[in-house]
Amino acid sequence: MPALPEPAAAREWLASMTLIRRFEERAAEMYARAKIGGFLHLSIGEEATIVGSARALRDEDYLISTYRSHGHALVRGTPPENVMAELFGRVDGCSRGRGGSMHMFDLERRFMGGYGIVGGNLPIAAGIALASDYKQTEEITLCVFGDGASNQGTFGETLNLAALWRLPVVFMVTNNQFGMGTALRRHSAVTDLQRKGESLGVPGTRCDGMDVLDTHRVISESVERVREDRRPLLVEAVTYRFRGHSMADPEQYRSKEEVEHWRERDPIPAFGDLLVREGVLDEAARAQIDADAIARVDAAVEFADASPLPAPQSLYEDVYVLDREVRGSYSLHTTELRAGEAEAAEQDGAGEAPAHEDEIAQQMTDALGIADEAS
Amino acid sequence: MAQMRYREALNAALREELARDERVVLLGEDIGVFGGAFKVTDGLLDEFGERRVRDTPISENTIVGVGVGAAMTGLRPVVELMTINFSLLAFDQVVNSAAHIRYMFGGQVSVPLVVRMPQGAGHQLGPTHSHCFEALFLHVPGLLVAAPATAADAKGLLKAAIRDDNPVIFIEHESLYGVSEEVPDGDELLVRFGRARTVREGSDVTIVGVSRMARTSERAAATLADEHDVSAEVIDPRTLRPLDLDTILASVAKTNRCVIVEEGWPHGGVGANLAALISEQAFDDLDAPVRRVSGADVPMPYSKPLEDAAYPHERDVVAAALAVLERPGAPAGGD
Repeated sequence: MPALPEPAAAREWLASMTLIRRFEERAAEMYARAKIGGFLHLSIGEEATIVGSARALRDEDYLISTYRSHGHALVRGTPPENVMAELFGRVDGCSRGRGGSMHMFDLERRFMGGYGIVGGNLPIAAGIALASDYKQTEEITLCVFGDGASNQGTFGETLNLAALWRLPVVFMVTNNQFGMGTALRRHSAVTDLQRKGESLGVPGTRCDGMDVLDTHRVISESVERVREDRRPLLVEAVTYRFRGHSMADPEQYRSKEEVEHWRERDPIPAFGDLLVREGVLDEAARAQIDADAIARVDAAVEFADASPLPAPQSLYEDVYVLDREVRGSYSLHTTELRAGEAEAAEQDGAGEAPAHEDEIAQQMTDALGIADEAS
Repeated sequence: MAQMRYREALNAALREELARDERVVLLGEDIGVFGGAFKVTDGLLDEFGERRVRDTPISENTIVGVGVGAAMTGLRPVVELMTINFSLLAFDQVVNSAAHIRYMFGGQVSVPLVVRMPQGAGHQLGPTHSHCFEALFLHVPGLLVAAPATAADAKGLLKAAIRDDNPVIFIEHESLYGVSEEVPDGDELLVRFGRARTVREGSDVTIVGVSRMARTSERAAATLADEHDVSAEVIDPRTLRPLDLDTILASVAKTNRCVIVEEGWPHGGVGANLAALISEQAFDDLDAPVRRVSGADVPMPYSKPLEDAAYPHERDVVAAALAVLERPGAPAGGD
């Protein structure tokens, strides 16, 4: 068994895993109550892969993830209120209600996003690492993706390029045994995923993704090696998702027995038991961690529910960085939305009148004239 | 003013921006040691070194994605794709990442990325190396699209693209790389986006020409004046997004007739889009339906006479202008 971290850190890891678990459970409830739309991909069962890996990073390191990314935002310190508000599609969401479950983002905390396209985050991770390297910093990027993504073209392309350019990336394939509903042995000719980078110049290793200590140990070693050697590494974190691929998954591709077998290795009780055995926690403190997580999630739901829905007039905000020198129109839209763009431009100008304010006003007048004629 | 080829003008823009801004890096297949498939980046590796001018593997989707990630974290990458057809391999990163990241992450980050690539027929490169895809990129909110037709615009627009905070699709034209023209001197030559160029003033018909077709339209306008006593106004939008629709509408208000010329396919093309905008916003100004001249609705063929028949020439533009003017010698009805 890898050594335990300092007691405060050990308690924090348990608290973070518990927060993610309780958050995801409440998200599922809120989805069932139609507070959340679209797809909802939960990471219940995979908490050790999230906390064990993220706690191997420095604050200045980057983390980039997939469409299963609520936990990654939370572990980086994005307040649960803003993650829940994003799920609720509210203005206080961490992506202002534009992204939803699959597209969490927190630049300040260097969580570089959830990506809805399988494998779509790998090239971006290499680009972030290129910038870190270019700026001659010590930053590294941890790029998390699923077993299914290891079959995408971007996997081979990005690993090759990262090895060629000696980019500081740790690629972590979270092998939760399924690419959506297709089992690993049915989607990948090589099921020993740690080996999939070998021919691309990226050596691999494996950790027990149900064990936060082992995940932390292996990812920490990889992170520090990458930081030092400036060569990418691949880590396979073997884990299991206890829930369906998304909430819209009847799970007909696996047996209840298989799920139960993995649930016996649930990373949160396992780590909690260990901490109690080692005297880091007593049962009361352990219960308090859980109660705190539940209270925090309650507060997140309350906050999200109170947060306003975005105004339709904000629809066109942030499609573009508007440039005062540009005369032509960036977007085609109706009268009201041109007004929205004018407001956005004004906000963007932080009080100072945009140079082309009169042009926007003219555009609005023109648009109004046209609208009048049309009606 | 200096005499310069279109490719040299692009090279000068890259050189000046590399020198001006440490954040600018170039990425692309064969742009370094080889000097670029069309020699646009010739000499830049020697001048700026491997840190700033990077040969990449043949991995278009990943190259663009690397540009996106680097742009999100402080660099200003300029990615070269060898031809526009290869951009189809990168469409995921262009659309789902470059174009959408700012919006889908609530405006927290911008993607100051330029993706350069040449398009166009005329070199018998057949169906996978000759197309024109302005319309595909124009379709996507979040992208800016520039398509310079002259050496001066190539330089000025590329410099403006590199300084823009949005992802820019920068569409060059293969057959223009060797064209030599006057280019204004000075590091600070910028051609602002969203400002159309009036190539030639006229009063009888407005001809909007995109990319190389701005030049074809200019020649057609000369023929219309010399042989048909027609005064054609030629407008090159230069950037399709942002679009300087005002200049086009003002011209149509003056001439009351409009022909749109593009090299790409007709269905869902730039011309289809522009014709819709003109009919929505200037219907009362029109004395005749807007007419489009476009590439043929086929994959680009290899054999010379077929290739020639598959993209617009000066005679096609002249015929279309005469048709909207209902002049004798114009084709009756459709083409």
